[in-house]
Amino acid sequence: MNATSMSLQQQSVARELPSRGHVGMLVLIAAEAAIFTIFVVAYIFYIGKSLTGPTPQKVLTAPIFYSICLLSSSVTIHLAVKALRDGKVGIFSRWWFATIALGAIFLYGTATEWHRLISREGLTISTNLFGTTYYSLVGLHGFHVVIGILSLTVVFTFALMGQVKQEHVYRVDVLSLYWHFVDAVWVVVFTVVYVVGR
Amino acid sequence: MSTDSIAWPQTETAVQPLVDRLHDWVTTVDHKRLGILYLGYALVFLAIGGIEAGIMRIQLIRAHNDFVSPQVFNRLFTMHGTTMIFFVVMPLVFGFANYLIPLMIGARDMAFPRLNAFSFWLTAFGGLLLYLSLLGANGLYGAGNAPDVGWFAYAPLTSRTFSVGHSTDFWTLSLLVSGFGSIGTAVNILTTILCMRCPGMSLAKMPLLAWLNLVMSGMVVLAISPLTAAQLMLLVDRYLGGHFFDTQAGGSAVMWMHFFWVFGHPEVYVLVIPGFAFASEIIPVFSRKAIFGYPVMVAATICIGFIGMSVWAHHMFTVGMSSNANTFFVLSTMAIAVPTGIKIFNWLATMWGGKIEFKTPMLFCVGFLFQFLIAGLTGIMLGAAPFDWQLGNSYFVVAHFHYVIVGAILFTIFGAFYYWFPKMSGKMYSETLGKLHFWLFLIGFHMTFDFMHIPGLLGMPRRIYTYEPGRGWDVWNLIVTVGVVFQALGTVVFVVNLVWSYFKGATAGSDPWDAWTLEWSTPSPPSAYNFSVIPTVQSRRPLWDLKHPDDPDWKYE
Repeated sequence: MNATSMSLQQQSVARELPSRGHVGMLVLIAAEAAIFTIFVVAYIFYIGKSLTGPTPQKVLTAPIFYSICLLSSSVTIHLAVKALRDGKVGIFSRWWFATIALGAIFLYGTATEWHRLISREGLTISTNLFGTTYYSLVGLHGFHVVIGILSLTVVFTFALMGQVKQEHVYRVDVLSLYWHFVDAVWVVVFTVVYVVGR
Repeated sequence: MSTDSIAWPQTETAVQPLVDRLHDWVTTVDHKRLGILYLGYALVFLAIGGIEAGIMRIQLIRAHNDFVSPQVFNRLFTMHGTTMIFFVVMPLVFGFANYLIPLMIGARDMAFPRLNAFSFWLTAFGGLLLYLSLLGANGLYGAGNAPDVGWFAYAPLTSRTFSVGHSTDFWTLSLLVSGFGSIGTAVNILTTILCMRCPGMSLAKMPLLAWLNLVMSGMVVLAISPLTAAQLMLLVDRYLGGHFFDTQAGGSAVMWMHFFWVFGHPEVYVLVIPGFAFASEIIPVFSRKAIFGYPVMVAATICIGFIGMSVWAHHMFTVGMSSNANTFFVLSTMAIAVPTGIKIFNWLATMWGGKIEFKTPMLFCVGFLFQFLIAGLTGIMLGAAPFDWQLGNSYFVVAHFHYVIVGAILFTIFGAFYYWFPKMSGKMYSETLGKLHFWLFLIGFHMTFDFMHIPGLLGMPRRIYTYEPGRGWDVWNLIVTVGVVFQALGTVVFVVNLVWSYFKGATAGSDPWDAWTLEWSTPSPPSAYNFSVIPTVQSRRPLWDLKHPDDPDWKYE
């Protein structure tokens, strides 16, 4: 059947297939979105169903500053990728570092909020339904921020070593998709936890 | 066209030592080897799950039997269900998808070969973790070893109060781990199909198997994830003192049911759509006709994918939902019969007027057609809420879903094994043994699962470890158990056939079925790189075009 494979390639057809990295990342994001959906549904379903306090109305305050930090990191990572696409490696590194810093500030915000809730308000994951759903949902998102920051830091380390060049923009762009997703999820989590749930 | 004139240079090297060969298999990232690993792994678990079923049937062969204790019986049905769904049919489905999709779409490997290997090993260790519970879960508590909460593990049975020790944790973690593996594989399959097709293969020119696996993978992404989320919540409840499913603290046991079945029902379609895919490849080849209504088949599959995501609560009619919810889920369940019916008619129309050859793969597919029809009909019966109130959680339900999983899914999988065995091994299987397998299994299947409906109608609930004599259940249970013997014999014949043919079978050649899809243009077994030159296709049946240059398909598509 050698003839088969020979004659099967008589003519070449010019066409564009989507890139593997982007499709793979988008499918992963779809799966992650489904996981978050279940946690969000659980959160909404259990709003107001706690048998004991503390309640979200009493103890939660919207972390507006930290949210602005996280959301603006989507802008900085976009600028970083754009700079790399134009071959400006130095500018890329600066915006990339800004993204990591903004993500870290957000995590610091979550940490202080949790510290206050646990030590001052006495709300833990086992206190009541609000605690269970709140720490699970915000924690799941925080976990994704941590994974994102670790991945970004790997790239940043390579950038410091001078290993990130213009030809790597494709990989960096795929990673930025994940970071945009983490930011987008925060919009949902913020709305559900601090607006609807309070 | 001669089919055995492969002119590939024979690069026979000296036989490697066993350790080297094992090392090659363990470290492989080749989609074909991983596919075979999936299949072999699943067959081992098929034997284990089958033995568990056999023990349960021995226990139920007559009233007041005491072959196993009630506690062991609970563990048996939990392990049987979990094993068969997650560690038999899922790996079988993924194994064939892994092996076939790159070959069928003219690619050299999957999109992410290392992710592919990672996913396989996650699934493999997930299965081992489940069975490690036999040793590990006993722990310090002396309270049970294997999980015994049923395969859908309803709350509050899984709470710390009612499930002490670690058996439930083994169940949770093994499904979590293998779930990550499944998501990884689904990402891989979707990306491969969307990004790796050979020149000329537009979406509308893909083999149906690729289309159906595309839909299956999409469903895995959207359905396994809720299970992952629910398992995470259960872990929070059990280890961190959370209250998701803790009714004492305002939590809801019904939430678990929703989260489980929003995974659980799409899962049925995840398993059966690849079965449809095998039938859609095998039936045309053995009817010597192109598949009837290709675009409609694709549309019906996508339709099943969408509707299949919105029927889950028909598993929960007996829980007591609002009448609006009941109505919605009755209607969506009825609606899914339409695209499924379209598929059955398309397969029949493919056979209609064809030159049918009843080789073993075709026999299994014909059996599938009839059995899947009956499974669908009892599904419609159970989909009507009032009927379900009467028969929910009875042996009628057990008979119904085994009709789907064995009668439809396993039959097509056996067909697929026979159909692609020559490609995978390079050897022909024994047609005599294949037919013997088919008839033994067919007789056993119908003895077991046809007659299982009747004690259900007579009121026998599922999951009971024994029953009172004189309720009219005895004789039916006896027949059901006798059927298992035939199924077991059939499966033994199947394994013997595979092993014997692998060593002693006739050489198959690259295209023993005179088939039309790209995998048959490669030598059997295919080289590690699949295609020395990436092929270009012009129609859905590239090898037909090649064999019949005077009358190629692309003129009509």
